[in-house]
Amino acid sequence: MGPSPPQRALDRTGSLRLIFRAMSQDHDHHHHDHDHSELSETELRVRALETVLIEKGYVEPAALDAIIQAYETKIGPHNGARVVAKAWTDPSFKKALLEDGSKAIGTLGHVSRVGDHLVVVENTPARHNMVVCTLCSCYPWEMLGLPPVWYKASPYRSRAVKDPRGVLADFDVNLPKDMEIRVWDSTAETRFLVLPMRPAGTEGWSEEQLAELVTRDSMIGTGFPRTPGAPS
Amino acid sequence: MNGVHDMGGMDGFGKVEPEPNEPVFHEEWESRVLAMVRAMGATGAFNIDTSRFYRESIPPHVYLSSSYYKKWFLGLEENLIEKGYLTREEVAAGHAMQPGKALKHGKFDLGQVERIMVRGKFGRPAPAPAKFNIGDRVRAKNIHPTTHTRLPRYVRGHVGVVELNHGCHVFPDTAAMELGENPQWLYTVVFEGRDLWGEDGDPTLKVSIDAFEPYLDPA
Repeated sequence: MGPSPPQRALDRTGSLRLIFRAMSQDHDHHHHDHDHSELSETELRVRALETVLIEKGYVEPAALDAIIQAYETKIGPHNGARVVAKAWTDPSFKKALLEDGSKAIGTLGHVSRVGDHLVVVENTPARHNMVVCTLCSCYPWEMLGLPPVWYKASPYRSRAVKDPRGVLADFDVNLPKDMEIRVWDSTAETRFLVLPMRPAGTEGWSEEQLAELVTRDSMIGTGFPRTPGAPS
Repeated sequence: MNGVHDMGGMDGFGKVEPEPNEPVFHEEWESRVLAMVRAMGATGAFNIDTSRFYRESIPPHVYLSSSYYKKWFLGLEENLIEKGYLTREEVAAGHAMQPGKALKHGKFDLGQVERIMVRGKFGRPAPAPAKFNIGDRVRAKNIHPTTHTRLPRYVRGHVGVVELNHGCHVFPDTAAMELGENPQWLYTVVFEGRDLWGEDGDPTLKVSIDAFEPYLDPA
């Protein structure tokens, strides 16, 4: 959540108070791979930049809050999961989806609007697909939400195109030795979504039930859907 | 540019470390950075390729030691300073010291949030017929521009096959430098893993990139 409005609309007297508050908060935070001092410095710089953008009249603070809320609530792998489940149960939808992903998803209605240039690639018993962006972090946001840290980090970006089986081993995923593995490097504005294979033992399941089995990683190609009865 | 961001095929970065139940943001400031980048892009202060180029231009040692959103922040700050939307003195002080510069699409307000939640459209009318057909063998050019390009180093000089034609798209190489959209045909080109990585490469591997026509020669 964003800082409260009084924190954001700082005057010169207020900025000192803000600095102390930010530093004391840092002591209570759990930091992932960030250096402690880097974080507090970064946090202060980010707030300084935001204050300047607001004071110069470029952005409305409430609009920034609304963007964050939308990314936290409206997009996520649940969107992609429903598309996959529909493809598993509706052969004509699946055909349309593989022909033109954006167009087919646009007909569903539950994802209110989907961007252009979405390409859906199908896993088969002969071929496994995996998606990467070696240059940065291109990812089908509307279908999967914002990408996880590992997708944007050097180990995945460097190795996915050269040693995808080694990368998959980091996810405890092992493919048959002779299965083709196809890596899609997202180097333009096209976005790729993997259509995983439907798990066995799901005959007669509804779309809603099937969607529960579809994981984010299974749509990136670094995982499989859950199997019926397995803990989620 | 041959920057450290172009990391396909590099060794030594270690294992991929998935994080179970990862939150959307790990720190509150990350969400503010994302929102600022999206908002300032929507005002027309910069296009998406320019913002990518600024991130790629972060010095390699800083790039590699910064978290993802830290890179976004560094790129955004530098981009806005260089384009005259704010000054170094202002970011150092944390306050505006002079009036803002006019924005192409005006101030980013609540009414525009919905608009940016859908990806921009990058398809453009074709200025000329496509040079390549699906199934054609093509060689990725051995080019080393010092500015933004979407042709990764690991395919340069290698032969692949055109698999998909995505139509004409904005050309990032010129758009990033604010030299126009210069639409170009865009193809998915697939390479054999062993052509890229040699005899020790995974024989079951195929890798594709999306390549703009100026990146390709007939093979």
